[in-house]
Amino acid sequence: MRFVDEYRDAGTAKALAARITALCEPGRAYKFMEVCGGHTHTIYKHGLEDYLPEAVTLVHGPGCPVCVIPMGRVDDAIHIASQPDVIMTSFGDMMRVPGGNGSFLDAKARGADIRMVYSPLDALKIAKQNPSKRVVFMAIGFETTAPSTAMTVLRAKADGVDNFSVFCNHVTIIPAIKAILDSPDLRLDGFIGPGHVSTVIGCRPYRFIARDYGKPIVVAGFEPLDILQSVHQLLTQLAQGRCEVENQYARVVPWDGNPKALAAINEVMELRPHFEWRGLGFISQSALRMSAAYARHDAERIFRIPGGRVADPTSCQCGEVLKGVLKPWECKVFGTACTPETPIGTCMVSSEGACAAYYNFGRFSRERVKEATRQ
Amino acid sequence: MTGDTGLEEQVLERIERARRRKARVREEHVTLAHGAGGKATHTLIEGVFLESFRNPVLEPLEDGAVIDEMAFTTDSFVVTPLFFPGGDIGDLAVNGTVNDLAMCGARPRYLSAGFILEEGFPIAHLRRITASMAAAAEAAGVHIVTGDTKVVERGKADGCYVVTSGVGTLERPTRLSAAAARPGDAVIVSGPIGEHGITIMLARGELDIQADLTSDTAPLNELAARLLDACDDGDVRCLRDATRGGVATVLNEIAEASKAAIVVNEDIIPVRPDVRGACELLGIDPLYVACEGRMVAIVSQASAEAALTALHSHPLGREAAIVGRVNDDPPGLVLLKTAFGGTRIVDLLVGDPLPRIC
Repeated sequence: MRFVDEYRDAGTAKALAARITALCEPGRAYKFMEVCGGHTHTIYKHGLEDYLPEAVTLVHGPGCPVCVIPMGRVDDAIHIASQPDVIMTSFGDMMRVPGGNGSFLDAKARGADIRMVYSPLDALKIAKQNPSKRVVFMAIGFETTAPSTAMTVLRAKADGVDNFSVFCNHVTIIPAIKAILDSPDLRLDGFIGPGHVSTVIGCRPYRFIARDYGKPIVVAGFEPLDILQSVHQLLTQLAQGRCEVENQYARVVPWDGNPKALAAINEVMELRPHFEWRGLGFISQSALRMSAAYARHDAERIFRIPGGRVADPTSCQCGEVLKGVLKPWECKVFGTACTPETPIGTCMVSSEGACAAYYNFGRFSRERVKEATRQ
Repeated sequence: MTGDTGLEEQVLERIERARRRKARVREEHVTLAHGAGGKATHTLIEGVFLESFRNPVLEPLEDGAVIDEMAFTTDSFVVTPLFFPGGDIGDLAVNGTVNDLAMCGARPRYLSAGFILEEGFPIAHLRRITASMAAAAEAAGVHIVTGDTKVVERGKADGCYVVTSGVGTLERPTRLSAAAARPGDAVIVSGPIGEHGITIMLARGELDIQADLTSDTAPLNELAARLLDACDDGDVRCLRDATRGGVATVLNEIAEASKAAIVVNEDIIPVRPDVRGACELLGIDPLYVACEGRMVAIVSQASAEAALTALHSHPLGREAAIVGRVNDDPPGLVLLKTAFGGTRIVDLLVGDPLPRIC
């Protein structure tokens, strides 16, 4: 298939892997964080780690939209969904995320009208088709998905769809990266930058990583060769003593991002003073809420939400996993009490979560797998 | 990394022990995941149904029950939409039960048909469904010999549900079983995968994706018979139609029941470009997408080539391929050699495959 197979070519990967190995200084170990959950998914889905030398470790970052939603927000959303005449809508990935009292899927089985949509526009369509219902879209995600939420709100306003509102849980990537860089327990050598987020925000916002923290970052695409090439670029920078923001995903990411999408976000949403991230705690100015001008479409103003904070289960170490301090399998409950069937933490829910990716794709001794797949 | 390896091994061992624990249903209510064919479905079957009905005929949990020289099976059909490119709920209901019998190695003979109809359902639609059932039955050489009708109030069913049961006769000495795969056996897929599932997703019209796809619904009894005829007795270990949960789920069931590993090659598994394209857009793995006219066959190494030739001689098996083999270690696991050249596990999904967010 064109535009896909070129980026998955095993021959090119082998050549690139050899160049990566050659760039590694003997005796030195390298730790790179892939910020985005989409990258984590690609790495495991294609078995990319098989190409990396032992000296290079990829650490999974916080960029999984579902993983960072705190339990209290899930409870709030279920509270809204349980009000009379409400249809709650959300992306499929959100359905299994556990709150303090079960997930959307459980609330749906108890009788709440919760529907999976593929786009916020589908939620708007449901609102138009059900004028006597109050249709709420549970909005999650980074700057990647925020523009589509914003555009949908603009459309709802233009079309006068007053029974449509958004429960806004959008978060922003830069404060999360900052929080990780400031975390004392982690030593990283560089970042594989989030490709999809960067299509919106561009590459400039990452300059502080190179300037203030002295770490290289390469904004990367989502095919396996994109990621291998980014590792190569990071190692090249380190070998040459450089430390810059580079754009490997230039076929999609403009250096300045997408001004129209940013304008839509700025029109409809504003920064919250602070927001709780699952496992990372409160981070100031790290999330978006609907601005006052769009109060009519703001579920937080329409519904009286409990807004309670639910502490993560003590056994859950999602925070450490999201910060890259722990590998998924190093968590106490990984794979025993916490599995994709009975997730305790969010990282085990989404296909982009590091724990789910590792459990579903990588959960086995590399040695035995190598032995078994030898022809 | 190296220092971690021992510790990681211990953790992985602990996980495998946890996975071998008895299935327990923790939910208080049935959720949609329980119907998706993945882990939640398995837990429900083992934790509720098997627990209540346990007996030696049921226990192997094959596609149908084998009693003396007879195979017996049942299946319910709740597909939306009722009519889709390449078929409708009628031929799906006949082919589904015919295929379950064929996968037992039986010759499908007689079917029953139960209809749960919603008040207000157009008779014209019902006629269309029964006409395609009649045509499918004729094509498969079976007769629909008994049935039942119930009508429920408006809103209590999706127009029409169909339940079919079937009996078939076992005319060969070979007894097929998911537990019969042995190291060295070949893993064969009878044709391109995922067409039915993607066709249905697109036919629901929620995705705004257009593709020139039709469901693969078809009776597999002739294809299965041809395969069995071409191989020595006992050389065909297991046949499974890759319905709900797709090829990945079937392979996991076989690996688990046979306590063997299955290694498959991503770049050999036949997938049509339209299916691959839709799956790429949605972030879904075609290995988990349902087929209604494709089967997985586990065949001894010695008979593998003969089996493939036999499949290629039938229109439904023209694109059959040997996609992998059975290994002894690690038991119960399905491994994929990716087209990219890496390796990974192919596990059961918990529920339905869900499109990715971004």
